[in-house]
Amino acid sequence: MGGGTHRPTMDLLRSEPMQLVQLIIPIESAHRSISYLGDLGFFQFKDLNSEKSPFQRTYATQIKRCGEMARKLRFFKEQMVKAGLSPSTRSAISDDVDLDNLEVKLGELEAELMEMNANHEKLQHSYNELIEYKLVVQKAGEFFHSAQSMAAAKQREVEAQQRGEGSIDSPLLLEQEMVTDPSKQVKLGFVSGLVPREKSLAFERILFRATRGNVFLKQSVLEGSVTDPASGEKAEKNVFVVFYSGERARNKIVKICEAFGANRYPFTEDLSKQFQIITEVSGRLEELKTTIDVGLVHQTNLLQTIAYHFEQWSHLVKKEKSIYHTLSMLSIDVTKKCLVAEGWCPVFATNKIQNVLQRATVDSNSQIGTIFHILQTKESPPTYFHTNKFTSAFQEIVDAYGIAKYQEANPGVFTIITFPFLFAVMFGDWGHGICLFLATSYFIIKEKKFSSQKLGDITEMIFGGRYVIMMMALFSIYTGLIYNEFFSVPFELFGPSAYGCRDPACRDASTAGLVKVRATYPFGVDPKWHGTRSELPFLNSLKMKMSILLGVAQMNLGIILSYFNAKFSGNELNIRYQFLPQMIFLNSLFGYLSLLIVVKWCIGSQADLYHVMIYMFLSPTDDLGENQLFFGQKFLQIVLLLAALVAVPWMLFPKPFLLKKQHEERHRGQSYALLENSLDESDEMEVRHGSSSHEEFEFSEVFVHQLIHTIEFVLGAVSNTASYLRLWALSLAHSELSSVFYDKVLLLAWGFNNIFILIIGIFVFICATVGVLLVMETLSAFLHALRLHWVEFQSKFYEGDGYKFQPFSFASLDAEDE
Amino acid sequence: MYGFEAMTFNIHGGYLEAIVRGHRAGLLTAADYNNLCQCETLDDMKMHLSATEYGPYLQNEPSPLHTTTIVEKCTLKLVDEYKHMLCQATEPLSTFLEYITYGHMIDNVVLIVTGTLHERDVQELLEKCHPLGMFDSIATLAVAQNMRELYRLVLVDTPLAPYFSECITSEDLDDMNIEIMRNTLYKAYLEDFYKFCQKLGGATAEIMSDLLAFEADRRAVNITINSIGTELTRDDRRKLYSNFGLLYPYGHEELAVCEDIDQVRGAMEKYPPYQSIFSKLSYGESQMLDKAFYEEEVKRLCLAFEQQFHYGVFFAYMRLREQEIRNLMWISECVAQNQKSRVHDSVVFIF
Repeated sequence: MGGGTHRPTMDLLRSEPMQLVQLIIPIESAHRSISYLGDLGFFQFKDLNSEKSPFQRTYATQIKRCGEMARKLRFFKEQMVKAGLSPSTRSAISDDVDLDNLEVKLGELEAELMEMNANHEKLQHSYNELIEYKLVVQKAGEFFHSAQSMAAAKQREVEAQQRGEGSIDSPLLLEQEMVTDPSKQVKLGFVSGLVPREKSLAFERILFRATRGNVFLKQSVLEGSVTDPASGEKAEKNVFVVFYSGERARNKIVKICEAFGANRYPFTEDLSKQFQIITEVSGRLEELKTTIDVGLVHQTNLLQTIAYHFEQWSHLVKKEKSIYHTLSMLSIDVTKKCLVAEGWCPVFATNKIQNVLQRATVDSNSQIGTIFHILQTKESPPTYFHTNKFTSAFQEIVDAYGIAKYQEANPGVFTIITFPFLFAVMFGDWGHGICLFLATSYFIIKEKKFSSQKLGDITEMIFGGRYVIMMMALFSIYTGLIYNEFFSVPFELFGPSAYGCRDPACRDASTAGLVKVRATYPFGVDPKWHGTRSELPFLNSLKMKMSILLGVAQMNLGIILSYFNAKFSGNELNIRYQFLPQMIFLNSLFGYLSLLIVVKWCIGSQADLYHVMIYMFLSPTDDLGENQLFFGQKFLQIVLLLAALVAVPWMLFPKPFLLKKQHEERHRGQSYALLENSLDESDEMEVRHGSSSHEEFEFSEVFVHQLIHTIEFVLGAVSNTASYLRLWALSLAHSELSSVFYDKVLLLAWGFNNIFILIIGIFVFICATVGVLLVMETLSAFLHALRLHWVEFQSKFYEGDGYKFQPFSFASLDAEDE
Repeated sequence: MYGFEAMTFNIHGGYLEAIVRGHRAGLLTAADYNNLCQCETLDDMKMHLSATEYGPYLQNEPSPLHTTTIVEKCTLKLVDEYKHMLCQATEPLSTFLEYITYGHMIDNVVLIVTGTLHERDVQELLEKCHPLGMFDSIATLAVAQNMRELYRLVLVDTPLAPYFSECITSEDLDDMNIEIMRNTLYKAYLEDFYKFCQKLGGATAEIMSDLLAFEADRRAVNITINSIGTELTRDDRRKLYSNFGLLYPYGHEELAVCEDIDQVRGAMEKYPPYQSIFSKLSYGESQMLDKAFYEEEVKRLCLAFEQQFHYGVFFAYMRLREQEIRNLMWISECVAQNQKSRVHDSVVFIF
């Protein structure tokens, strides 16, 4: 058997071989087995009870219990946040808490905490009430005091007038009015209390309407906010005193007060009693305060003990819940003595899984061991790549397009190099590359710190792709050296430029009159090209041709990978009728173009390649004239053209017909095959599993599919090659942008000879470089590189219709919950 | 401009329409109802609902659940969604959304007034009010003794004020009066809403007039059936019918004189859309009528989602959610009282 020690050599190109396994687990060791498998994290369980609703499953009660415990833990967490405590990060040493004990304990703690909260609330309620009462007494006392003094003043005035007598214009009835008989005097009642400030206007209005204006309302604003006893929230309030007459009015007022949430408090007019009340209330407030404080200390203590264990408990509960979820996916045997699990696991983990199951059996003192049984199946297994922190980000790029089919060639391997390279072709500037490299090195150096903490959305993304960015940065330093660009400044790094002036007078006019004086510049573009009139035509021609070469190379790689796929799955048809004609078609047109480019570079010819390519189609028999690059070119062109023409029907017709023939043959031979197979016990399973895969063969459908495929390839060959020209376009845009920032901002500011303007210029230059070139250009080059991989490269061979291997693992539990 | 709202609708309404359509996708499906109907306890229901959009609202509820908790939390979700939409809405959508809640406001007013008439505690009544129909001074309603006071004291500040113009009397409140008040208010509300939708024009007017007409007709039938055998005169009854809808005006004449349920049926069967509803019922039966009407309503509300660029979807969504909450209430009551055989009596599947 494939043991855990030897690993397949083509790790990343082909996904891990998987097997469908049936486990028959005795019921007494089931929980422990699942738990151990979760620790191992190499087994993906299949849901065997998918038709059952969640509460009909075997372990629904346990799941409910775990849910309840999780709720209690959430309650504790809420309380801890309220009290300003955070759960201790160092989880207490696992003294192996049992789930049942934990449940009881959590229940007790919750009850205790609830009781404490209730008590606390009660105390707080009366405390707040007393505070409000005190405020009302103080404020209302002021009303009465001022009213009384005013009344007294008025009284004195009247008396003085009375004493003064004589004056005719004193109202005659005044005396009668003022000195009314005390028995007839209507006793005014009053209600005092607090009303929330935002409701006070409406309160007044309603009071007025309800009593038809027969009330006198006095309000005064309280500075600061008061805690409302009922809700326990801070609110701004007004003290009010309402004077009324009559019992009916009183009832109405009381009802309105209730409706507005205005708290009423009794109040006496007697001054001495007021003082008495205030002192009494203050005394009780003191007492309550100490009680509340003691309660709080007690509560904090309790919460601290909870906080100490919190992480451990919540981890345990999550773990248990996931175990029971998994157990619910298993089907239970009729005898109710064992559970049957089915699932996928990688072949290399077979031994580990068996060991773990063995250990679970021993640990739970089970009589019978777990039976590990490999099933044969036609079902497509999940795709599992063994990635590390470096390769995983590149694999993510491929997975974002589609998960690889089981064991098909994984473009992720090539992406590791081609992706940053294509990016760098568009982003060639070694100054920018160094900036990018420094930024990403920061993430890589601080890797340990960052991976343990939660990051923001954008930072998370950058952190996840730190190795991709690092590779991109390294490659752009490399291409930057080739392009000889450093913030659009050329450097003579690899020796002096090959060109010099014919005579010393040409120093100013560096654009003309240069001759080659030394050997060719050894690496990359000669620095002298920079700033010359012919710089753009030269670089454009170079980059455009380079783009086509790179594109044709990558597309060829894609087609070659389709050969490996076909070879791997033993599909001769795909090799003969898809891979071969595709190779011929692409290379006879664009392979030939690439050849011409290379030849032209080598011999330094002046031939017009556009002309050659166009007239190869329009009039292949014409003489090439001055555009001829090598002997026999015309003959070669005719041959290649014919080959390309033949390749199209080759792609289109044979495959569907051969598939049809194969299908018919298989059906004819079926009865014999069955007989043979029935002799073999182990193959019976395969037949059973595979019987569903005999689908109808629809010829028209297959043919139309092939037609579409062919048209797509033929058109795609042209459009995809053209698509690679984006490499040139973006590279051009990048270098032009950076030279604009350099010339028009930095050099312009330099020219003023003014330190102030220079500082502004440098500032603008830095902002533009970072914002536009380093951030936006990186993003756009990234996206274009992504597109080239997803569309132009992967469409040649990648199916991408697999599904990911998601093993049951505790390691992923904490991450997904947040 | 009819037919051109597609050009400009999305400027203001596009985001919210997308939101409401997203919410609609969260409505429980027939499969969910089937599962819920199989629940043994309320905890099972909670477990199932935790996989739906109600999950976050129910997850922190301690375990012995009550029907009221479930309904309360589900309503809370609806209210949260409504408030969110109202916050984002601009004119005239915000007014439209506010119109949707007036029906609840009327119900709340009636609830409080009836409650105080029977000397119930105000706080207790307030808890029973639908949260969508709350307004600031609602608790003050308890002070009022007659309708004039009710209007003058409290309702003059609420959007319901204009609807009161027809029912201001100085009579003391009693059950009959209150019921008449409710229907008069509703009539005025529906007519106002109808007018508002007509003013909006376009697909909104078209769809909403259909939905509101159905609502008006249903109320007319219910008023007729409920007033059979009471002292309400024919003219009074006739006055409570809304002045639009399929039955207006000839159907109303016929309904006004109906003496028993079969006469109602006779009157209604002349209208093809209602024929199918009544054909489901056997003669003399009126219990199942409500469910039949609800089913028809749900069907029409779902159809409102078939068209784009109109406000009807908001109305339809709110109504569908309310129906869903009614369903959940019924199911959880049946589960709590072990009456599972009756579960299907009143549940209206939405999809």
